[in-house]
Amino acid sequence: MAEQRTVEIQVLRYHPQHDEQPAWQSYKIPFSDDTSVLQGLLYIKDEIDGTLSFRWSCRMAICGSCGMMINGKPQLSCHTFLRDLLPGPVRIEALAHFPVERDLIVSAGGFVGKLESIKPYLLPREPRALAAGEYLQTPEELERYEQFSACINCMLCYAACPEFGLNADFVGPGVLALLHRYNADSRDGGRAERMPVLNAEEGVWTCMAVGYCSEVCPKRVDPAHAVNQNKATSAADYFLRFLGPKRGPL
Amino acid sequence: MDTFTVDIAIVGAGGAGLRAAIAVAESHPALTVALISKVYPMRSHTVAAEGGAAAVTLGQDTLEDHFHDTVAGGDWLCEQDVVEYFVGHAREELVQLEHWGCPWSRRPDGRANVRAFGGMKTERTWFAADRTGFHMLHTLFQTSIRYPSIRRFDEHFCVDLIVEGGRVQGVLVIEIASGDFRVIQAKAVIIATGGAGRVFRENTNGGIVTGDGMALAYRHGVPLRDMEFVQYHPTCMPGTGLLFTEACRGEGGFLLNRAGYRYLQDYGLGPAEPTPRNKAMELGPRDRLSQAYWHERQRGRTISAPHGEVVHLDLRHLGEARLRERLPQIYELALRYLGIDPSREPIPVLPAVHYTMGGIMADGTTASPLPGLYSAGECSSIGIHGANRLGSNSLTELLVFGKVAGLEAARYVNATSHGDAASVGALAEASAARALELLTRPRATERIATLRREMAKSMEDGCGIYRTAATLQSTCNRLAELKQRYQRVGLDDHSRPWNTEWLLAIELGYLLDVAQAMAHSALERRESRGCHQRLDGFEQRDDAGFLRHSLAFYRADDVPRIDYGPVKITRSQPGTRVYGAATEAARAHG
Repeated sequence: MAEQRTVEIQVLRYHPQHDEQPAWQSYKIPFSDDTSVLQGLLYIKDEIDGTLSFRWSCRMAICGSCGMMINGKPQLSCHTFLRDLLPGPVRIEALAHFPVERDLIVSAGGFVGKLESIKPYLLPREPRALAAGEYLQTPEELERYEQFSACINCMLCYAACPEFGLNADFVGPGVLALLHRYNADSRDGGRAERMPVLNAEEGVWTCMAVGYCSEVCPKRVDPAHAVNQNKATSAADYFLRFLGPKRGPL
Repeated sequence: MDTFTVDIAIVGAGGAGLRAAIAVAESHPALTVALISKVYPMRSHTVAAEGGAAAVTLGQDTLEDHFHDTVAGGDWLCEQDVVEYFVGHAREELVQLEHWGCPWSRRPDGRANVRAFGGMKTERTWFAADRTGFHMLHTLFQTSIRYPSIRRFDEHFCVDLIVEGGRVQGVLVIEIASGDFRVIQAKAVIIATGGAGRVFRENTNGGIVTGDGMALAYRHGVPLRDMEFVQYHPTCMPGTGLLFTEACRGEGGFLLNRAGYRYLQDYGLGPAEPTPRNKAMELGPRDRLSQAYWHERQRGRTISAPHGEVVHLDLRHLGEARLRERLPQIYELALRYLGIDPSREPIPVLPAVHYTMGGIMADGTTASPLPGLYSAGECSSIGIHGANRLGSNSLTELLVFGKVAGLEAARYVNATSHGDAASVGALAEASAARALELLTRPRATERIATLRREMAKSMEDGCGIYRTAATLQSTCNRLAELKQRYQRVGLDDHSRPWNTEWLLAIELGYLLDVAQAMAHSALERRESRGCHQRLDGFEQRDDAGFLRHSLAFYRADDVPRIDYGPVKITRSQPGTRVYGAATEAARAHG
């Protein structure tokens, strides 16, 4: 058997019907070197306190459900290990900057609404019949957007973004990375249709280039880099408007 | 109770549910679709599929070969006409996904690349690095946003099907955030809720994979077919069961025992060449590889590790650059979760439950025996996997049969009208009252986690890689006892908003029903076929007695009734499954 030690986990609890204010609650749990924070929370849920609520599923940092603040930093709980947080206590809160629905569960509706607003699907540059087979795309062309397609929608970057903290309408790093993912895809011709989102008041220019979003990203999507690329696109679009006759998008 | 009326309700918004919704929206934009999921669609477990999706692609490959690999891989318990449809429509669906933006990995000339996979004669597995399911799911989800006729019910938990007048008429759901019930009245329901791997202890599945749709259909009289066939994936992380994709072996990885020996050559899978040929050694099918592990363990040739007996998945010879390119997620998993750099050290692995071949009985059009009810994906038994699924067939299945389910349901609802809303509402109220009883139950003495743990342990002990009547009977007995104790299960949380404990309790009820269907089907199948292997005098396949699909019928307050149905054979008569060197020999004679 693996060595069993215990560690204190403090969770910021909140129940919308019972609590006016969130309050800390402390639990003591056993752990070993390979115990994730998620496994710690599941132990609490199963053995100590079934009222503790949080989202989780895949356990392998791909479904994007289990983002939370762990010792003040946005992280996936399945991908963060208690061994690295010793001696504790480990303090866990809901993701920052989002409305809390209960305990560690934040409202994801705003994020999903933004994702839906940017036309996050291929708007083909040229139509192609299924019978003609796949669009050709070289590995180099794939590489131009592949990194930005790896976003798991975990929203950690929003919890890291000071601008989003000040202005909940800011489109934000993850969705701007997704927008860039489609704009940078050699098969896509939808850049002009997505420009209004970039140029809008809540678009790319809201970003103050802090870069913490990229630091916390568990999939190395580097949304800060995507936002920078979007700024270049938006700036070029702005200047080209004065260079008529009517120009197509870049 | 809030009621929404739509034409088609789809339960589950993973790959199959999303593909079905898009098929309806594209072909019949006037039909309304409710897409219901207990999570946001991009959290669905399709997201965790790693290796790839199969379709005949290369010039030297043929539909005939894909058909035969699949049917022989399934130990002839496949619906051959359905397999034929499947292989014939596989490539157009992968191309369709490419047209929707899926970032498939590419060859230098810009075409989609393919890799080798277990039990496949030719490289035909399309992939997006080792995140294929993730990319397919996000592509489908994002594409679905285009269609205004798809109304999503994200984070809505399905509690029941509404069946009235001999046909399905909608579903009852809980809006998780509020805990309020809603009725979604529909003329047709497509179930696309995925598998039930959480029935077992060590498994690769996410926490949400609890057999919900299977149990719901089963309780309404729809048989669960071939439930004894549960696939163990041979290379999983000890302790957690997390998956190291078969693509590790497709890219050239080795399996080693404690002596550093490629033991698969001792199990009819050799020769042990430096680069495994297709359908040999590490590229054999999953059932054979998991069984070989079991024998190695019996012989004391595995390695003792903190979470059990392991063998080694050796990727060192592939080198860091190729691992980073082709298997980046695997690299990260090994490094972060195990502290192992796979370019320098072998990865300890063991088999864990991965996939349920069986499911809701469906004909080739995805229709169940209950009018208006369709199913697609892992929850469905449409008949392509037989007794053992080949890796990379199931991601393609989501697309091919997700689309069929959407089109068939659309065709059905165009010729059907809504039933009486009042009687649907009354059924929903009665069902909601039963679900609420769990919240307020007095004298509740049993804890959810205790029952779940005992169930999972019992399934692993009695219904695992190798089975006997004694172990199966003991599991069946334990499940009956657990179902009794489930009547006394109680909650700490009696509130409604975000009461995930309540949902866990309902899920436990689903898991127990599905577990019973599995264990009893296995007990009754007195032969060995595919991943159902008996050690008690039934070590051989018995086509005379058991070339038949098992059908488990639900009986309230009793164990399931097991019956059998015919298998559709078209052009492949049952033969010997041959892998390794014997593949060439068989080919020479054939």
